[in-house]
Amino acid sequence: MKKDPAITADAELVPSEVPFWRNPEKRAIVFQVVALLLVAVVSYYLYSNTQANLERQSIATGFGFLDKEASFEIGESVIEYSAADSYADALLVGALNTVKVSFIGIIFTLILGTFVGVARLSSNWLVSKLAAGYIEVMQNIPVLLQLFFWYAIFYESFPSPRQALNPFEGVFLCNRGLIFGVPEAHAVHGTMGWAFIAALAIGWYLNRWGKRRQAQTGKIFPTIRVTLALSIGLPLLTWVFAGAPTAMDIPALRGFNFTGGVTVSPEFSALLLGLVFYTAAFVAEIVRAGIQSVGHGQVEAAKAVGLRSGQVLHLVVLPQALRVIIPPLTSQMLNLTKNSSLAIAIGYADFVAVTNTTINQTGQAIEGVALIMLIYLSFSLSTSLFMNWYNKKMALVER
Amino acid sequence: MNTPNTAPSREYLKPPVTEVGVLGWLHGNLFNTWYNSVLTILFAVLLWQVVPPFISWAFIDSVWNTPSEACRDIEGACWSIIPQNISFIIFGFFPDGAQWRPGSAMLILLGLVFFSKNSNHWKKSLGIYWLIGIIVMGTLMYGGVFGMQVVETAQWSGLPLTFMLSFFGMVAAYPLGVLLALGRQSRMPAIKTLCVVYIEMIRGVPLISLLFMSSILFPLFLPEGITIDKVLRAQVAIILFTAAYIAEVVRGGLQAMPRGQFEAADSLGLNYNQTMRLIILPQALKIVIPPSLGILLSAFKDTSLVVIIALYDVLKTTKVTLSNPKWTGYSTEAYIFLAVLYFICCYAMSSYSRKLEKSLHTGR
Repeated sequence: MKKDPAITADAELVPSEVPFWRNPEKRAIVFQVVALLLVAVVSYYLYSNTQANLERQSIATGFGFLDKEASFEIGESVIEYSAADSYADALLVGALNTVKVSFIGIIFTLILGTFVGVARLSSNWLVSKLAAGYIEVMQNIPVLLQLFFWYAIFYESFPSPRQALNPFEGVFLCNRGLIFGVPEAHAVHGTMGWAFIAALAIGWYLNRWGKRRQAQTGKIFPTIRVTLALSIGLPLLTWVFAGAPTAMDIPALRGFNFTGGVTVSPEFSALLLGLVFYTAAFVAEIVRAGIQSVGHGQVEAAKAVGLRSGQVLHLVVLPQALRVIIPPLTSQMLNLTKNSSLAIAIGYADFVAVTNTTINQTGQAIEGVALIMLIYLSFSLSTSLFMNWYNKKMALVER
Repeated sequence: MNTPNTAPSREYLKPPVTEVGVLGWLHGNLFNTWYNSVLTILFAVLLWQVVPPFISWAFIDSVWNTPSEACRDIEGACWSIIPQNISFIIFGFFPDGAQWRPGSAMLILLGLVFFSKNSNHWKKSLGIYWLIGIIVMGTLMYGGVFGMQVVETAQWSGLPLTFMLSFFGMVAAYPLGVLLALGRQSRMPAIKTLCVVYIEMIRGVPLISLLFMSSILFPLFLPEGITIDKVLRAQVAIILFTAAYIAEVVRGGLQAMPRGQFEAADSLGLNYNQTMRLIILPQALKIVIPPSLGILLSAFKDTSLVVIIALYDVLKTTKVTLSNPKWTGYSTEAYIFLAVLYFICCYAMSSYSRKLEKSLHTGR
């Protein structure tokens, strides 16, 4: 343990102990304690103010109101609901309405967005320019304005039920919404649903088996086509075995409104149209960017290996494009779900609208706003969980 | 065949007529394959079905500046709703005699925006111009000096309110967003957690829930006797919302900084503040200018949501106009006018952002 003279000389110049405000680690602790204290003090200040205000205005706190009778009607509902049910039921109806419009909206958005995105890349000048125009116009107009626009179209431009437009047999369009015929309820419909699920299960098994067989023997099994045929064929077969019931529930004009059939309300239609047209423009750009991200050499190489054009798309282009497409796509789906909260502006009873009514009736604003945040946070957290899972899965595919 | 090195004559075979000129363009761009031809014809028929009726509705059978009675028995569009109500749609409840004030404030804002578009003007003096501009605009809007009548913020409405909410939403949210981004990148776990929780929570909920919070919860948070005006509360909600999105954009810029930049700053002996202020942020913020403009764009579109908490932005003043029995039923015309207005602003921003992205791409 020989001491270097130079170091000892230096050590005399520098104080042996570093003062804590020059030590980054200790300083960091001080900063964090100060930050946490600040947050705690501000929260306590807001909390005490709120407590005082609530007491002064004699507003109850807690979620006890959920069991009380809601005593307001909701225009449309997926489940049975009446004004005599509790606030919890009303909120559930609202949440289900949000899920309904988001789910249907996402499906339509994906279809329309993919079409427009592919059309944007078309070699056809007219198609590509029309798609570009669609994207620019839709992206640059606020979605709320689009909702108001569609709602006004339904209410002002469409005729009353008596003069309803009848574009196809059994389909009516009027200011009460879109009304169309559906097959009359029959016991076989449930069985057909099960047949469809069974077909999907078989398809899943076939996929695993086909992959294993391909790995062992190199023979390719047309899984997708067989699954598609099964998922259409099995329900169809059950339907035929049940005697092919063809009775339809056709809407008919009785007095001032239609009876029978299925009615899609103007509120729901306007919300769906606005959300789908707006979000599809963003999806189209994502799809375009994803397809363009796959280098042309990849396609040429795949063709040179001798793959057919369907195989080129399925085995080479899509797996690579999807890796670019899926992450921004999920965030657009989430945006659509969040934007569905604009329903309140046109009177569709989504979760936010129902909560707002609840707040107005009970005065329990804190609980209401907390519920809204909780619901949407759980949507976005589950989406980001899915994203993490997906990114991990995709990372495994990479070299 | 006497000349040794050229073709028999200097005559070239001309390309076929279908490959050049208008026909060539048509063949190359519209009818190059059979399915493209089918698509072209399909869309042409579709356009023919839609465009001529629209033109005759919007331009030929329409009236442009008449009292509402003249609109009752025409086939086309009643654009009269716009000129007849323009001062209410644009300026809302701003007192009639004083509407030149928000008007000139908007002109100053536009002038500043156009001046700032040129990247040669991006110097310290630009900040000073903006500061002066903001003070002048604020004075014009609020009044109270030089004999101008005081106009409370509750009366600020229409297009100036839309511009104000989105512009100040962006300006005030930017520093907050940068701080949040730095906090999220920080090595201190408590600060990092606070920032992550804030950012993810705000990004996970719709703006409308924050606006609700501003309109019904903020009053509960404040001590008794203190009230904050509704416009300001909505402004705070928009700032808090936008800051979370800016934080994520800025984080992208920070993550794009190579490690070497941090290490070089460390080896020069710069401390954290100096490193960030002098080395990292100037570069990182430059990268994120185009995506930040994207956020300004969506903030501009999102301000229309204040309709739901009954603030009178330009969408709400239009709706109020439409609820006037004289003008009920002309929503399509009014909304198309607003759509054009929004489109012009947003398109200008998005195309500028694209141009900037190209010119800022310095190839590093």
